[in-house]
Amino acid sequence: MFGILLALGAVVLIAVLLLIFRIYSLVNVARGTDKVRVSKSNKVNAILFLVFLVVFGGWFFYYSFSAYESYQLPFASEHADDYESIFWATTWITVSVFILTQILLFVFSFKYQYKKGQVATFYPDNTKLEVIWTIIPAIVLTILVFGGFKVWNKITDAAPEDAEVIELLGYQFAWAFRYAGEDGQLGAFNYKLVDPTNLMGIDFADANAFDDFMPREITLPKGRPVEIKIRARDVLHSVYLPHFRQKMDAMPGMPTRMWFIPTKTTAEMREELKNPDFNYELACAEVCGRGHFSMRLTVVVLEPEEYAKWFAEQKEQTFLKTNPEYLSFVPAELRELAKIKSGMETDVKEAKSVELSQN
Amino acid sequence: MATINVEKTHTGGHSDAHAHDDHAHHQSFISKYIFTTDHKMIGKQFLVSGIFWAIIGGGLSILFRLQLGFQDMNFAPLRWLLGDWISSTGSLDSEFYLAMVTMHGTIMVFFVLTAGLSGTFANYLIPLQIGARDMASGFMNMLSFWFFFLASVVMFFSLFIQTGPAAGGWTSYPPLSALPQAMSGSKLGMTLWLISMAIFIASQLLGGINYISTIINLRTRGMSFSKMPLTVWALLLTAILGLLAFPVLLSAALLLIFDRSFGTSFFLSDIYIAGEALPHVGGSPLLFQHLFWFLGHPEVYIVILPSFGIVSEVMATNARKPIFGYRAMIGSLLGISVLSFVVWAHHMFVSGMNPFLGSVFMFLTLIIAVPSAVKVFNYLTTLWRGNLIFTTGMLFSIGFVSVFISGGLTGIHLGNAAIDVQLHDTYFVIAHFHLVMGSAAFFGMMAGIYHWFPKMFGRMMDEKLGYAHFWATFIGVYLVFFPLHYIGIAGFPRRYYSFTNFDAFSGFTDLNMFVTVAAILTFSAQAIFIFNFFYSMFLGRRASANPWKSNTLEWTTPVEPGHGNWPGEIPTVYRWPYDYSKPGAREDYIPQNIPYAMTPESNLPHENEMIDREKDDDSIIVDDETKH
Repeated sequence: MFGILLALGAVVLIAVLLLIFRIYSLVNVARGTDKVRVSKSNKVNAILFLVFLVVFGGWFFYYSFSAYESYQLPFASEHADDYESIFWATTWITVSVFILTQILLFVFSFKYQYKKGQVATFYPDNTKLEVIWTIIPAIVLTILVFGGFKVWNKITDAAPEDAEVIELLGYQFAWAFRYAGEDGQLGAFNYKLVDPTNLMGIDFADANAFDDFMPREITLPKGRPVEIKIRARDVLHSVYLPHFRQKMDAMPGMPTRMWFIPTKTTAEMREELKNPDFNYELACAEVCGRGHFSMRLTVVVLEPEEYAKWFAEQKEQTFLKTNPEYLSFVPAELRELAKIKSGMETDVKEAKSVELSQN
Repeated sequence: MATINVEKTHTGGHSDAHAHDDHAHHQSFISKYIFTTDHKMIGKQFLVSGIFWAIIGGGLSILFRLQLGFQDMNFAPLRWLLGDWISSTGSLDSEFYLAMVTMHGTIMVFFVLTAGLSGTFANYLIPLQIGARDMASGFMNMLSFWFFFLASVVMFFSLFIQTGPAAGGWTSYPPLSALPQAMSGSKLGMTLWLISMAIFIASQLLGGINYISTIINLRTRGMSFSKMPLTVWALLLTAILGLLAFPVLLSAALLLIFDRSFGTSFFLSDIYIAGEALPHVGGSPLLFQHLFWFLGHPEVYIVILPSFGIVSEVMATNARKPIFGYRAMIGSLLGISVLSFVVWAHHMFVSGMNPFLGSVFMFLTLIIAVPSAVKVFNYLTTLWRGNLIFTTGMLFSIGFVSVFISGGLTGIHLGNAAIDVQLHDTYFVIAHFHLVMGSAAFFGMMAGIYHWFPKMFGRMMDEKLGYAHFWATFIGVYLVFFPLHYIGIAGFPRRYYSFTNFDAFSGFTDLNMFVTVAAILTFSAQAIFIFNFFYSMFLGRRASANPWKSNTLEWTTPVEPGHGNWPGEIPTVYRWPYDYSKPGAREDYIPQNIPYAMTPESNLPHENEMIDREKDDDSIIVDDETKH
């Protein structure tokens, strides 16, 4: 009942508004306002343009400065320094052009509004002016391009030889990652070997895979180059490390990579931001399905000594050691080597019994 | 004869000549309004379809904005519309969120700003402004609309199927879009999306071929390329871009159909999904991205070029001043058109393609900013020392320049690969293209509708309602899209259903709420336009033949031009379209069909020399006119 009344009320309201509008337009016709070339509204519109310029311009400045802390994400890599300088250089240039052109646009609109008897200036072209404002943007843009080239070449260059190598794989809707272990070489992989435990499809026919380990958290050393080899196994994903100003798509069938040098440990960042809960985060930036928004991973950055300690602990937990059933994927002639490299050898008896149970 | 009698001379002057359009009076309802071959009616059909799609596309954006602005919102009251996409606890399904984002993009880019904008104005304006009776092929033109209609039906239908419409983003990158196991939107919804797009492309090609051949072949006497209005120039280049770019999208769509349905591996390789390894090897997801953006980037210029043209025309008319740098405007249109084909990979800086390619595309991308800057400076100079009449069309034209600047400048950030690494796929990109492509093209479209409405329907739209609509929209788009820059600089990724999972993206809840409220208000304000449009179509004030005192040929037709556009002979063109406020002239405009012989008081020296040639070319018409 209430709903019907409400609907009825709405219909009446609309009818009344329509009627008022109709009467208003007929009155206008009767007064002959349509014969006037330019009504008073012209002036109102001209003034509104100025008001718009002042209000929005003022707001833009106020907010850009006052909210700086909330939109400026803290950063912690060498590349991020480069990024920040080139981003802000570009921003200052574009903001000055923005201010200049918007002021001209709205001030002209106000100043040259229609006045009776005023005649517009017949000014069809001026080659000199046009050449000037073709060349100046061209020069400014060239400078920006070269700044961009420099940074771009630096970050896309091959990673240094001594880089810490980590492999990261995106899948719906999480990440898996492994470290190369003692030998510093990541083992081969094959997507056909993927199963619920061997998330990354590690190929245990390759001896380099024996000491690979998959820790619980991505951990990076401060001040040392880190190379991330990136894969995806189902759809596209994108490795996005906002605090390191890094992003690279992950693709099935075509491995990609990124590298950077972290400059602040997690602890240092917590100190700096006075936020004891701060963590570096890794997000997915390429739409990948229903869980796209939840592909979060925390990244830990440690001092080099702490990192060495962490690494020494973790390398004991090789994938083969924690999942000994995968020994069966190792070719028979390499099995002994696998046991040694994976750290199973310390307990030969156990390894033997596992092998027996497998057979 | 003086220009005061222009309308009489040029529209009624030949009324005794045998009327071309006799048969127009005997048209049935179906042949006049439905299966029509009249370019004017086809233009209106595109316009009304475009408005319909804009409401759907805008409505979808309101739904997902609600999710973004109010994360804990209870959607249960919308279950009558969205059904099972609302869970029992009243939350929106995260996959349907992606579906809405996808459909919003697809609808707005293709169905509103391509078909609705260039479909409307290319059809409506080209024959009228170049002085032609109709398009080169009226039948193909009709087919073009009905293919579009069919594509619309398929796309609309896909919104309501059980597994939901396509949800892999408007770019529909495989493998997500290729594998039905990956998400339910990649099942039937994606198939329908691909079918609809294939039909849509056919429609675009039929239309484009027609626009190009009409402009090249059917210009009236005297309408050389150097006297053509900028609208026609822009629409010509738009059609050429479409003709060259859309077939590439078609090939991408076809290969994707093959991958989806026939087991080929063009885009698929090394995939393990839903517990099994697929047999596909050797395909490349990157290939699809190259093919898609080979269309996708020219596509944004297909969207913006018609607006450039419309704004140039509306601005010159209402500033009562020639457009500044007519040749530079054409030159920059040409420059943009050529460059638009060599910048596509700037969408792919972090896709894993060779970084050297990234350098090349960064360079080319920043070059394209130069002609865009030239256009902006020329618009500003056109306003300088004008005598501005703020019709609603003029307001939207000024608004166009403003949002085009705001959105265009951030393109300099994104075109720089080193900066794009961070900003790619964040809200910064959303802010950028919604201003420079979405809002700017929308403003151009609105400027065009308000400006040519009197010619389309013989009646005027209400000015006051138009002003209200403009100010609500202008302030609205800034309130909606400007804050997104800050959210983007803060690194928020796009296409996120919720940000609560991340500490880094947990801020700005207030700003997101603000944007949502602003979006709702801006969207609601479009009701003013809808009302004004349909009310004025039937009950608006009657228009005169040339209400804006404009120079171009369409205003020399009767108030409501019939089939064949001009009742008598098609007028001859003697001058460029921008003789506004010419020193010495009796009025502040001289239409294109007025010979120099009639305006000795305002002719420039080289124009006086044209007088003799006018007589040689077409003595009959010139004699005829001097009799009055």
